[in-house]
Amino acid sequence: MILICLIAVLLAGGVLAAISARWNAAMARWIALASTVIDFALVLFIWINHAGQIALLNSTAWLEQVNWTWIPQLGIHFHLAIDGLSLLLLALTFFVGAFSILVSWTEITESIGFFHLNVLWILAGIAGVFLAVDLFLFYFAWELMLVPMYFLIALWGRERRARAAVKFFLFTQAGGLLMLVAILALYFFHYRSTGVFTFEYVDLLNTPLTASTALWIMLGFFAAFAVKLPLFPFHTWLPDACSEASTPVCVILASLLAKTAAYGMIRFLIPLFPNAAREFAPVAMALGVVGILYGAVLAFGQTDLKRLVAYTSISHLGFIVLAVFSWNELALQGAVMTMICHGLSVGALFILIGALDARIHTRDLDRMGGLWSTAPRLSGAALFFALASMGLPGLGDFVGEFLILLGTYRDHPVFAIVAAIGVLASTFYALRLIQRAFQGPNVHRVAMPDLVYREGFVITLMAGALLWLGLNPQPVLRTFSPALHALETTVQIHRQ
Amino acid sequence: MNSTDLLALLPLLLIAATAILVMLAIAVRRSHLASALLTVLGLCAAFGTLFIAAPLVPRDVTPLLTIDSGALFYIGLILAASIAVVFLCYGYFKQEEEHRPEELYLLIAIAALGSGVLVCARHFASLFLGLEILSVALYGLISYERTTKASIEVGLKYLVLAAASASFLIFGIAIVYFEFGTMDFGGILPDSPAGAVDSATIAVGVTLIVVGIGFKLGLVPFHMWTPDVYEGAPAPVAAFVSTVSKGAMFALLIRFFDRSGMRGDSSLVLVFSIIAIASMFAGNLLALLQDNVKRILAYSSIAHLGYLIVAFEAGGAIGRSAVAFYLVAYFATMLGAFGVVTVLSRPGNDLGDLSGYRGLFWRRPVLASVFTVMLLSLASIPLTAGFLGEFYLVAAGVSGSLWALVIILVVTSAIGLFYYLRIVVALYSRTAQPAGAWPSRINSHSLSWTLGVLTAAVILIGCYPSPVMRLIQTMVAGSG
Repeated sequence: MILICLIAVLLAGGVLAAISARWNAAMARWIALASTVIDFALVLFIWINHAGQIALLNSTAWLEQVNWTWIPQLGIHFHLAIDGLSLLLLALTFFVGAFSILVSWTEITESIGFFHLNVLWILAGIAGVFLAVDLFLFYFAWELMLVPMYFLIALWGRERRARAAVKFFLFTQAGGLLMLVAILALYFFHYRSTGVFTFEYVDLLNTPLTASTALWIMLGFFAAFAVKLPLFPFHTWLPDACSEASTPVCVILASLLAKTAAYGMIRFLIPLFPNAAREFAPVAMALGVVGILYGAVLAFGQTDLKRLVAYTSISHLGFIVLAVFSWNELALQGAVMTMICHGLSVGALFILIGALDARIHTRDLDRMGGLWSTAPRLSGAALFFALASMGLPGLGDFVGEFLILLGTYRDHPVFAIVAAIGVLASTFYALRLIQRAFQGPNVHRVAMPDLVYREGFVITLMAGALLWLGLNPQPVLRTFSPALHALETTVQIHRQ
Repeated sequence: MNSTDLLALLPLLLIAATAILVMLAIAVRRSHLASALLTVLGLCAAFGTLFIAAPLVPRDVTPLLTIDSGALFYIGLILAASIAVVFLCYGYFKQEEEHRPEELYLLIAIAALGSGVLVCARHFASLFLGLEILSVALYGLISYERTTKASIEVGLKYLVLAAASASFLIFGIAIVYFEFGTMDFGGILPDSPAGAVDSATIAVGVTLIVVGIGFKLGLVPFHMWTPDVYEGAPAPVAAFVSTVSKGAMFALLIRFFDRSGMRGDSSLVLVFSIIAIASMFAGNLLALLQDNVKRILAYSSIAHLGYLIVAFEAGGAIGRSAVAFYLVAYFATMLGAFGVVTVLSRPGNDLGDLSGYRGLFWRRPVLASVFTVMLLSLASIPLTAGFLGEFYLVAAGVSGSLWALVIILVVTSAIGLFYYLRIVVALYSRTAQPAGAWPSRINSHSLSWTLGVLTAAVILIGCYPSPVMRLIQTMVAGSG
């Protein structure tokens, strides 16, 4: 029941915020913030409540679940379930979601109610993706994320926002529809071999498929996830969307939406088609590695800060694909760790860039320099997250990327070595960013106020979380490891 | 014909009676409200008799008509849509009653009767009768605003094209009759010993029939009339043309090819595949070039009919359920979309231009939200009926292993998103029209209630489709 509440709170909160904004804008903001905070508290409650159950390494049962019949004629169930993996990603969603609402308070001044409606509904869609274990419901939630995001980009962005919004929508919708065909194909092949119509994840895991069919169906899923992630060469919408959209929207795009795709790969793509995925792995890993290097090189060449961070994001997400397709315990742990830490660090970077943009009305690196002297707190925070994103030991990102490289090296040394060059490249873009924006003389004589309390609070919490993940990753690792272990076991059984 | 037959036929009889009653009422005294009310009551009564007829089916009533659960289902759908159109028309024409709107309802009832005959037809004679009853009423409906030139122009255009296509159809029927000696759908193929018939002649005959049907459905390459008629006809009439007339024809298409056993014919499959592919591509691509909302909806409906052909080709129980479900979703959505256009239009001066919709959301949030729901449903986004409809269609296509068609359906519907989004972007654009560009509030309860019901239906079917699906599955099981 608690899982229903997670989603219902967001949906209802969105409607309430939209209605209350007619009288009082501040009220809409507080309602939206409260909804995400309530959800975060609920996730923590589940975490604490099931601490004992999570620790059991071999438990394959869900921590919580609801299973209602929805459309019996087609074998569709409203089936939500949570395990350690979903739990952590939900925690990330609501943590970052709350902050994206907090940072919107000065930036978003038009149609506040509708803005919060969209933000909360998109969070509901993301939560649905992390919770759904019925493939129809998964697709439903997957598509549900689209429309609010479209509105968020198209209505609260910069001049060329409409174009960026349409590009985002067309890319992701085309990918999503291919996944729909793949889901239905799987559904009918399952019916033909068992005589049962079902979209249930656990049942579909055992669908016998010929090698070529499995490969085609897997490619349908892969298309959706590769576009959403985004993986090279499907990435072109992300820099456009990020540079046109407002700050909170960038945060949601880069730190949360991308994770739904990575989650989809871990939860659905590989367990459903273990053999096809293994055949396809070299291609996917190659794309991942190309993405790592390509993102890093392009990030180095950008002068628009938001585009720069968007490209670094593409680079980091390449690591996740690499890890998921090498599919061993260490690499997977690294992948999930990176998902969480990347969500925090890239989110924080976007928040800082947004704060900078609001103060000096530019995101162009060429028009900055020496900002440390005028806004030390903001600059220090930017340095912290830039270092985190280049993988400084002691911060969460390091743990993730280290585990990924370690795990990948075991089975695919060449990919791991090339990917390691990407880690090196990240130092260049991160340091260049810091050096050009904050260090040196303040040639343009920029003077600006430093971070206000609200922003400082957000940044401190995010930095604290990253530090905690970097210094003491054990509690988090222990939470998602059993879930990963269960997935690995299923895959192993089918591969034999 | 005995009394049970008459009972089974009651829905059609009541629709006919409604038409006569409305005509007599107009002869006695002209009253817009009375005509509309009488029509709604008559159609509602006809809808009620569906439940009387339901236990008696399936049965063949005369050699011309067959009433089975499928026919009753589609009659129900036609009646519901006609009632919605009557409400829309009332709100629309109430603004300027000098158009003498009373006969409009008479024509709607006649058109509904023709559509009802079409979905029951099992014989070429009844097919043609139904088609002509429908067409003749449509000529009148389309050019109802007889004072404006554009309206008469499209009416004439439709008349000429429809008459031409009807002659194709009747020529095709003649050829098929010449070959088989029967006009009953069921008697065409099964009885004829192989080799006894000249397959080239039949091919010509069936092709001509397909042309006639394809024209009414507005499928490519017989779609030319659709955008012009949608643009020129009054908005509620365009809603009628896009739903009732096309839906009835589609039901007929299914019955004809199921009964005649020609569905499996490989060249026919090829023909329909080509028509479907052409419709999906042409509809979606041409819609991209339009700047008129009514024309966009016209091209969108061409594409949607193309999607439906995919499920039609898949066949079987799932194909038929998919078609029925999709038609329900499509009816509700199209009526809703045209309903919004109706609210913003005046007789003789429909709001078609896309620029006229800019910023609607900031002045009329509820109306713009309703339009958004309808557009998202047409674009098949979740929480709307259109989403499940497309899901069902793709499911049917996949179950029939029609991979090429399904992939094209998916690709073209992704293209199609683009123009729905253009309208949505316009609705939410911040450069609003000056105050007074739109009526400040919906000026008639009949409009607001119809839109409310349609929106509720689209969302409800999109979230909880079980009851509708159950009904459709019983319907499909009951019609052999």
